[in-house]
Amino acid sequence: MATFSTSEFRGGLKVMLDGDPCAIIENEFVKPGKGQAFSRVKLRNLKTGRVLERTFKSGETLEGADVVDMDMQYLYNDGEFFHFMVPDTFEQFATMPAVMGDAAKWLKGQEMCIVTLYNGQPLAVAAPNFVELAVAETDPGLRGDTSGGGGKPATLETGAVVRVPLFINVGEILKIDTRNGEYVSRAKS
Amino acid sequence: MSGWRPSADLTVLRQRAQLLADLRGFFAARGVMEVETPVLYGAAATDPHLASFSADYGGPGAPSGRTLYLQTSPEFAMKRLLAAGSGPIYQISKSFRNGEVGRRHNPEFTMLEWYRPGWDHLALMDEVEALIRQVLATPAAARVSYGDLCLQYLGIEPHGADLAALQAAAATLDIVAPLGLDDDRDGWLDFLWCHDVEPRLGSDGRPVFVVDYPVSLAMLARLRPGPPAVAARFELYLHGIELANGFHELADGIEQRRRFEQDNAQRRAAGLPSMPLDEYLLAALDHGLPDCSGVALGVDRLLMLLTGIADIGGVLSFPFDHC
Repeated sequence: MATFSTSEFRGGLKVMLDGDPCAIIENEFVKPGKGQAFSRVKLRNLKTGRVLERTFKSGETLEGADVVDMDMQYLYNDGEFFHFMVPDTFEQFATMPAVMGDAAKWLKGQEMCIVTLYNGQPLAVAAPNFVELAVAETDPGLRGDTSGGGGKPATLETGAVVRVPLFINVGEILKIDTRNGEYVSRAKS
Repeated sequence: MSGWRPSADLTVLRQRAQLLADLRGFFAARGVMEVETPVLYGAAATDPHLASFSADYGGPGAPSGRTLYLQTSPEFAMKRLLAAGSGPIYQISKSFRNGEVGRRHNPEFTMLEWYRPGWDHLALMDEVEALIRQVLATPAAARVSYGDLCLQYLGIEPHGADLAALQAAAATLDIVAPLGLDDDRDGWLDFLWCHDVEPRLGSDGRPVFVVDYPVSLAMLARLRPGPPAVAARFELYLHGIELANGFHELADGIEQRRRFEQDNAQRRAAGLPSMPLDEYLLAALDHGLPDCSGVALGVDRLLMLLTGIADIGGVLSFPFDHC
């Protein structure tokens, strides 16, 4: 794998730090008046999702991480593994629930997801930004209330629980933003 | 091709024009002469932490070619003028530093540099403060020693602390040290300083002069006997931004040559090219540089503070990524 020096650090670059693959979020050049130059770098640990800050001496290098993002279609969950397929090649990948993180609760099948591979193995899965899911369970809708104020919990067909307006009923299909887990609107049918 | 428009708003460029006029007015009123010296110069800074651009001349006067360097500051040539008896002088000019691009760095930037014969650095600090207060309308500046700041924020005594003490301070503050600092004591000082001290300086809007630097960070400043011996150097900070660096200037040609050669030895050890010494400057020092103090102030950063713009690209017409 290639190595990258501080002057090549930029947002999105994937590097190895302390044995874990990380994505660089930002790189700031700092240099005290007459002294040593440094790069103050913000990184996201791709295994844990944690954001960390590290300072590097200018010219230091980090090894690149063999990390690629691939568009894959979610197929099914066999009770143990989640299965994905690369549409172009039909190549399939199985991931453990721990790798799925939050993405699992938005998926019912067929969705196109971004699967991050590290050394060829799934490391993280990002659900589509928006999904459309049916309401499986919620308190009865309140007639006449269309204000959307207040709200109530609703359990979706995948088991995810979101806050929805009072007028939503069981069986309706909702558009959800998976990045913050919030109700967007009723799905247009 | 898109992106041809200036990176700074035209209103900011008008503020820049006014700032330059105000700076010239400040020095005109004080009888300081404006000078111009070569931006392309035959010698270059030896400081291992400064990288000069070089340019090749070919033609009459140098049939086999001549390497010139874009100046990292106009210091050497201005000192030659001082030695020739110029009296107090200032210059507003472009300076160039290779490898420096960031929120507060552009490889080509505008520097205001001035010298006061017969003044020590403390008197010059008063004049820097007068200029800053006129331009930015700041409250009175604080004056704090490098040592006191290190004690306060890092818990170390920087003049005497050995490498182990600096490493222990980093551990105590729970800072992960950069790789590759190894046993570079000044590098450790710089790291701790820019990680934990610099961002706090002047954060309440009151300018801070840092004085009495460790001898190892003296650069071109005189030393003052101790204990502890310190460098007659100051820096000005506001809102965590380093704005100016000044010295009670070293006038001893022999000591200056020794520091140049020491820099070049450090360069070679670090795998960097040696830089040609400025024999003209050394001859001028041997002839006699008047007792004087000098300071360099970043005009682009001054404009950043004046406009409240956090990125240097916002005060330049065409910064590095637009030129």
